[in-house]
Amino acid sequence: MIFQPAIIALLLAAGLSLFMLLVASPFAVQVIRHWDIASGSEQQLKLERLTYLFSTLVAFVCLVQILAALLFVFNADKMSVMFVGAMCAVGALNVNAYGFPALYLQLALFFLAALWLAINHADSRARDYPLVKLKYLLLLAAIPLFGLSLYLQLQYFLGLKADVITSCCGSMFSTDAPTLASEMSALAPQPALLGFYGTIAAAVLLSAWHWRQRGDLSGYAAGLGSLAAFVAAIAGILAFVSLYIYEHPNHHCPFCILKPDYDYQGYWLYVPLFAAAAAGMSAGALRCFSRRPSLVHVVPQFTARLAGIAALGYLLFALVASLMIWRSNLILLD
Amino acid sequence: MNTWIEKQRHLIDFTLASLARRKGKNLGLLFIYTLLVFVLASVALYTHALRTEAQKVLAGTPEIVLQRLVAGRHDLIPPGYIEQIGRIRGVQKKEGRLWGYYYDSVVKANYTFMAPRDLKIERGEIIVGPALERSRGLAAGNGISFRSYSGELHTFIIADVLPQNSELVSADLVLMHEADFRAFFKYPEGHFTDVAMSVANPQEIKNVAIKLMDSLPDSRPILRDEVLRTYASIFDWREGIMLALLSAAILAFGIFAWEKAAGLSAEEKREIGILKAIGWETGDVIKMKFWEGLLISLTAFFAGYVAAYLHVFHFDAILFESVLKGWAVLYPRFTLPPHIDGLQVATLFFFTVFPYTAAVLVPIWRAATTDPDTVMRG
Repeated sequence: MIFQPAIIALLLAAGLSLFMLLVASPFAVQVIRHWDIASGSEQQLKLERLTYLFSTLVAFVCLVQILAALLFVFNADKMSVMFVGAMCAVGALNVNAYGFPALYLQLALFFLAALWLAINHADSRARDYPLVKLKYLLLLAAIPLFGLSLYLQLQYFLGLKADVITSCCGSMFSTDAPTLASEMSALAPQPALLGFYGTIAAAVLLSAWHWRQRGDLSGYAAGLGSLAAFVAAIAGILAFVSLYIYEHPNHHCPFCILKPDYDYQGYWLYVPLFAAAAAGMSAGALRCFSRRPSLVHVVPQFTARLAGIAALGYLLFALVASLMIWRSNLILLD
Repeated sequence: MNTWIEKQRHLIDFTLASLARRKGKNLGLLFIYTLLVFVLASVALYTHALRTEAQKVLAGTPEIVLQRLVAGRHDLIPPGYIEQIGRIRGVQKKEGRLWGYYYDSVVKANYTFMAPRDLKIERGEIIVGPALERSRGLAAGNGISFRSYSGELHTFIIADVLPQNSELVSADLVLMHEADFRAFFKYPEGHFTDVAMSVANPQEIKNVAIKLMDSLPDSRPILRDEVLRTYASIFDWREGIMLALLSAAILAFGIFAWEKAAGLSAEEKREIGILKAIGWETGDVIKMKFWEGLLISLTAFFAGYVAAYLHVFHFDAILFESVLKGWAVLYPRFTLPPHIDGLQVATLFFFTVFPYTAAVLVPIWRAATTDPDTVMRG
């Protein structure tokens, strides 16, 4: 089943990304060992010149990774028609043991790529490249992950056998299966609803606060708030938002909402949610560097903007979710 | 924010002017890029349209077709067989079908003869498909003779010709009265070719098939979903093979783009040198080059995609038809319904813009880090 166009594209993207990162790795080691902005030596000049190339290269890899994560989910959903028993992406990912690990790793790499892009942006705005060593350390750390991602995707796509009877989302997200997903699905609607709106409202307020105030405390708070809101949002989608979309009291699947049968409503939820989470968490992480002399002005400005994006994203997400609940004919709470 | 937009706008302005200064070189690149997108998009659009068409055609077929096997080969359904199935919960309707193939040595093609249950046809009359009408030059009211497998000559009057819009399924069809069918093929009374069943609830289909296998061990139930899946994977596979073959073209294009970007003319080098001398930073030059790449990519992508769309849906994909469609003597003529798929556009974008960008990164950097001093002196 490797000859599916989208699969070839995904493998091409993963392979080329890994190749580019590997090409960049000797340079990363050099930077970590020899970088000294105060020196005017020939080697330092060469490194400064090369860092343009490798920063652009890695930024490109990160952008591709963000797109690839989206394509991966999109493709899993489209492939579900080919497997007996699969009704949405869950079935297609469950065909063999590598599907879900590959998805989780794609999502983790998505956040890592967003963080790297944020650090790169802050670093290139400062005069003396204060974060350059950290950037390349992160790059070296990411190489095994990208390698693992390529391996998992290869195993997953090569192991797709059309005659496997896979399990549908109904069994995975049923409320009595012994998994984390079903624990979340089994949350009672009322506390879940309160937790969902409470946490998201807190994240929006904290992000907006940081957007106005630009301090360290508010920055960390916005970052943590974003993380909490991301977890609460996923739990909320599992526990009740999906029920309202399907107008069915027992169908908790977070993937079926991506299907054309439900007018692709899921993308309206997930795109703002992931953008907001990535922006908010990056803002929190960047606050660690606000005390560096050359970043004193750059970081607050940038994190405030990121927090603004997070606040808007979460607000949009909450509005979309509320609209879906409001339009639904299902009555879960009296 | 506004200053950022202003800055990008000026960069784009400058990039466009600089692209226009080197028309020949850039138009060449644009042409080849567009051609690549055109070829890939044609393949993708065409297979996707075929897939949707197959799905639409099969949507009207029975959920389960039951065949009887003797020594692993398809055999006739004997009398009493259908009753043996008995009542299975969920099956709305079951009926024996009568159909068979007939080889016409005049046009050297196979026809499908069928005795429909729901269509009233007089004895001695037939209704024919559009491809048959074309190949034998027939019209309603004409007579036609077929020599049956037993050697007798049977003459029929054509009562009607099936409409064009059903051609994909009815091209080679000949519909006749049940008694005519049995007489023509010497079909024994009470026997049928296979049994069609309709099941209302799609989730019941598999259970019905399992029950059928239990009660009739010599039968083979064929599910519509299985047929659909097979079609989908066949078309995907053909598309994938085409793309894999075309990957050589993508690679060649990558090398070509690299060469184009790397072979900076003396004039371009001087331009970059002057820009840096008047205060542009390396990052600015990279940004300008990035806009240049993006403008070329997007133009080529849209132009190629639109051209492919026209090629597939208005010119019937004349270039790839024979590879992707398959082949038959009485091939139906059909026009495909235009359809654009999001995943397909995203995939195509990965196949073209991604390799191009990857190929021009290093040359762009080389150009951007040129020393103003060396180029202006040289």
